[in-house]
Formats: sequence, structure tokens, C-alpha cells
Amino acid sequence: MTQNTRRAVLRALPLAMVSALALAAPLAAQQEPVTIGYAVSKSGPNATGAGITTIPNYELWVKEVNEAGGLEMPDGSRRPIEVVEYDDRSTAEDLVRAIERLATQDKVDLILPPWGTGGNLAIAPLMDRFGYPQLAVTSVTDMAPEFAKRWDRSFWMLGGGHDYATALVETLSAAKEAGTINDKVAMISVADGFGIDLVKAARPAFEEAGFELVYDESYPLGTSDFAAILNEVQGSGADSFVAFSYPPGSFGVTKQAMTTGFNPKVFYIGVGGAFPIYGKIAEGKQEGVMSIGGVNADSPEIAEYFAKHTEVIGTPPDSWASAITYASLEMLEEAVKRVGLDHEALASELSTGSFDTVIGEVKLEDNQLRKLWWVGQWQGEHFVAVSPADQTGASAPVIPKPEW
Amino acid sequence: MRYLLAIPALAALAALPMVFGDYGTGLLVGLAGYVTLVTSWAMFSGPTRYISLATVAFFGVGAYTVAVLNEVLPYPLVLLCAAGIGATMALLVGLSTLRLAGIYFVIFSFGLAELVRQLITWFEVNVTGTLGRYIFLDLEAKHIYWQLLALGAATLVLSAWIRRSRLGLALRVIGDDETVAAHSGINLARTKLVLFVVSATIITLVGAIQAPRWVYVEPSIVFNPTVSFLTVIMALLGGATRLWGPLCGAVPLFLLFEWLSARFPDHFSILLGLMFMAVVYALPDGVLAAIEKVRHRGNGTSATKPAKEASA
Repeated sequence: MTQNTRRAVLRALPLAMVSALALAAPLAAQQEPVTIGYAVSKSGPNATGAGITTIPNYELWVKEVNEAGGLEMPDGSRRPIEVVEYDDRSTAEDLVRAIERLATQDKVDLILPPWGTGGNLAIAPLMDRFGYPQLAVTSVTDMAPEFAKRWDRSFWMLGGGHDYATALVETLSAAKEAGTINDKVAMISVADGFGIDLVKAARPAFEEAGFELVYDESYPLGTSDFAAILNEVQGSGADSFVAFSYPPGSFGVTKQAMTTGFNPKVFYIGVGGAFPIYGKIAEGKQEGVMSIGGVNADSPEIAEYFAKHTEVIGTPPDSWASAITYASLEMLEEAVKRVGLDHEALASELSTGSFDTVIGEVKLEDNQLRKLWWVGQWQGEHFVAVSPADQTGASAPVIPKPEW
Repeated sequence: MRYLLAIPALAALAALPMVFGDYGTGLLVGLAGYVTLVTSWAMFSGPTRYISLATVAFFGVGAYTVAVLNEVLPYPLVLLCAAGIGATMALLVGLSTLRLAGIYFVIFSFGLAELVRQLITWFEVNVTGTLGRYIFLDLEAKHIYWQLLALGAATLVLSAWIRRSRLGLALRVIGDDETVAAHSGINLARTKLVLFVVSATIITLVGAIQAPRWVYVEPSIVFNPTVSFLTVIMALLGGATRLWGPLCGAVPLFLLFEWLSARFPDHFSILLGLMFMAVVYALPDGVLAAIEKVRHRGNGTSATKPAKEASA
């Protein structure tokens, strides 16, 4: 009897093992991939921005998810991500067509947004028509509340020019009240969408706060020689220098200020100040420079994110929109885990749920991310957040800025 | 008889969006847009051999006009305004520059796009205080395609008519030798100007019709120099001096770039450059002329080769 059963067991064992293997193998193979599509600018004028903020984070996230076995579904199974990507060549027409292609030809499960305000607006009506949720991260627009209403599956996560400008004025106001800086401000702005939005909001805000704008000029996009502008600014008697600038200009103005030894107590530049490359531009003397964005330098999540971004991509992320881009992907991942891939359920989960991300707990308000860092400053190795000053994780601004 | 055939052909083209779905319609919009752009570009630049890189200047003005006026005026009036603005601008530009020839004209036309872009930017910054503009028009891809198709067909008809008219003949003489043309009593300035204005107006309309696809418009979006370059290379590939040349260049190149953007998303600029060189070196007269040459060689009847076309 015992002999018999043992033999039976011994005989049955290999059979069971084989059949278990046979069952398991097709199961694993049957894990159909989740297709995720995106069209980003890999050539043309938008390629720089997309290459710094958008593409590296998409690649990092996809790699991490796939290494963990794939996107987790509500039933606990994991499906690997398969990416479909197109180059929109920085033209709106190609971008729009690529989205039509992703939605109706490739029939991807999810679509990630392109880089830039223009790109996100161009695809918004299509995303809405095809029903895809749109996590518009890299769009800065004061009209976000209206857009969120118009396209109810769109999410706007980088605030508007007004937010950044008024936060800067508040930061400077506090320094003025403390007697650290005088009431004179010299302001330059790039004649392009973002620069204009910021300067339009900053002008009345500065005046209301009792500042005098002793210099207020705009310069064309593509200006590389700031010598004449800075000469005039230097003679204006302003303690605060504010440049609402774009990357080549932000770097140019920094170089020029260093060359001429222009040392205002506040040195603020626009887009580009939070880029990892900025330290090199300023030859390691970036201490005290203010700009847009910032990160919570005390957060272990941020430190870990910076480390893995550096390891996988080869460069650290920028300290403004990169972490938010990554956080938007974490939100998507978590939302899929909670409700699956159904677009309607996903959109409503993104809109109402709260998510643990690299930038802390995120809960959207009226489809917008409002808990953002508006002003940051280089302090030591990090571009740390200084405004809003009452938000957990904010550092105190260093004013006056040390000399170059 | 051939004209009667055009009507069912046009009807068939118009019915394509019903068959193709959203992505196919998007492709058709791009195709119809470029065919029209290239045909109208070749209308002026083909016979006169004035290589114009100003395409995007007019294209962008059309798009911007729609962005500015779409909330103020009914849509047909907006298009009319765009055409008017394009024509006026072409008239002013043409009056002041068509005396330039050769490389000077090429450089000027390239600068024009940047000039217009900076002027609009300056105006928006200093006068209106906004730069990005929104276009919320309820136009789907198929509506845009139908408009472009109608405009494209009209452009082809116009182009065919001009080729047969005295105006077309005068232009070809100018292209061959301006001095001879002047001596044979052709009013150089007026002839060039008329064609330049017609061609620029159509280009402006293409920009105006396509703009609602983009929702958000700012100078850096609508004055993208790639549009000018693509137009030239498509015309050169097909053969700028022939009626159907632009179409034969635009369709394959457009589809090729679409395919490349999916297969090699990281190499567009390199491939575009290589393509440029290939067209200029291998097919200097365009693909139609090359086909004709091969066929004539096969028949051994090179004597019937039209001298005018071959030298173009």
C-alpha cells in the first residue's frame, strides 16, 4: 500500500511538474503588453526641452516598470509596457497626425503628452474626442482652469505664468520688508509666450508691493549679447535683477553678468536656471541664483529620484518640471493599478484620487496640480524650493546672493 | 473630355475620408496641404526660377490671421481676410524685391519669414500684450481636408490655365533670359508681380485653412522654416516646371517622411539633409524629367525630347 502510493506519487510528480510548467508558460506569454504611445519633438526647436524634461522621464519610468514585471493591473497581474513613439519634428500638424495615428491605427492603451504648452493644447481636442486622459505636465498656462473644464479628461500640472510671477514678487517683498534689498527692480523679459505671460503678471504685482521698476525692457528670442542691457541695468541702482528668459538667454545673461562683475543682491533668471547644466554655465558659482521651480532638498524620495535618473539617463534631472513629469507617470501607474485601463475610470481616478509620488502626496484640484514650487534658488549642490515659503519642505532664501 | 474626367476623380478624392478613418484623414490633410503649397510655389518659382524660401512667411500669416479673427468674424470672412492680407503683403514684398535675382532673392525670401515673425511678435508684445492665441473652431479633419482639396484643385486648374496663357509664356521667357524678355516687350516687373501675388495668396490660404487643427498658435509654431524647405525639395523632386511635377514630388516625399518618423524617429534631420542632396545631385530636373529621359532613350527617339523642358 505504502509502496504503491509512493510509487504513484513518484510517477505522478514529473507529470505534475511538466503540466505545471506547460500551464505556466503560456500564462506568462499570454500577458499581453500594455501599449503606451507618445509623440515628442526629437528634432526641431522643441527638441531641447523635450530632451531634458520629457523623454528621459518616459524612458526611465518605462524601464523601471518593465524591470518590475510590468504595469500592475487591479487583479494583481502585471503586463509589460510596449512603447510606440513618433517624432513630431516640432510641428503642430505632425503632432496632431501622430496622435490620430496612435489613437486610431496603433490603438494604443494610453497616450503620454508631448512637451510644451503649444503641443498639449494642439492635441487636447483630439485626446478628448478619442477619450484618452491627458496628463498635460509641461504646459504653463493661466487658462488651465478653463481648459480643464473644456476637456474634462485633461489635467494641467505646471501652473500659469501668473503663479510664478506673483510668487517671486512675494519673495522679494519679504526681503524688502526685512530691509535686505531696496525697492528698485530691474526687469527684462524675452518677447515670447512665457516671458510675456510672466512680465504681464509681474508688473502690477511689483507696483502693488511698493517696488519701483527702474528698468523694464523686452528683448527678442534668440538674443545672445546682453552687454548693452546689463550696462544699463547696472547703472539703474536696482538691488534686484529679474530676467524672465528662455534657456539660451538665461545662460547668456548669466555669463555676461559674471564677465562684467554685475552682482545684484537678487539675480533671478527664467527657464534654464533649474537645469543641471546651469552649474557648468556659471562655472560652479551658481550659489544664490534664483529661478523657476525648485525641489524639496530634504526629501529622501527626491534624492532617490535624482540618483536613479543620473544612473539610468546619465545626467541628473532638471529641478523644475522633471520631478513633476515623473510624478505624473507614477500617478498613472497607480491609477491603472486601482481601476485598470478603462479611460473613463482612469480619468475619474486621476481627478479624484490621491497619490504617493516623488513630489509627495498629490491630489489634483479641479484637474490641476496646485501644490507646486514657484521660486527656487541654488543652495549648495541643489536647486532648492523657496516659495511658497509656508509649504513643507521650503528652504529660506539667501539674500543677498554671494558675489560671483 | 479630360475635364469631364476630373469631376468624378475629385468626387472620389472627396469621399476618401469616409473610407480611411481618422488617421487616414489626417494624412490626407497633410497631403492636400503640401500638394497645394508645392503647386502654388511652382506656379511662380518654376518658370521664373526664383527659388523662394518665403513659403512659411505667407503660410504663417494665414494661420495667424485665423488665430486673431476666429472669434470676431464668421469663418468664410476670416478666410477672405487671410487671402486679402496675404495678397497685400505679397504685393508690397513683390514691388520692392522682384528686381533682385538669383541668390539675392533666395536670401531675401528666407529673411522675409523671420522678418514677418519678428514683426508679429513685436506687435503682440508691445501692442496687444499676448503672444499665444487660441483657435476654437468646430472643424474636424475631414472639413479641413475638403477645403484643402477644393483649393488644391483650383490651384491646379489655375496653374494649367496660366501655362497656356500669354502670361505663362511670358514667364517662361523671363525664366530663360530676362534681357531677351525685356527686349521682346514683356513687362518684367508686372508679369512677375502678378504671379508672385497669386502664388502667395494661395499659400496664405493653405495656412489659414490648416490652422484650426492646431488650437494654439504662436509665431514659433506657425513660422517653422521646415515648411519652406520641404516645399522646395518636394517641388524639385517632382520637377517645378511641370504642371503635375509638384504633385508627383509632394505625395511620395510626404508619405516617405511619415514612414520615416515612425521607423526612425531619431534621425529625421539627417535623412532630410541626405534627401536634399540626393534630389539635387541625382534628379536635378525632377523625377518626371528623369522618367521621360529614360523612356526616350529606350525608344531611341531623343529628337522628340522637348528642348525647353530638358533645359529646365
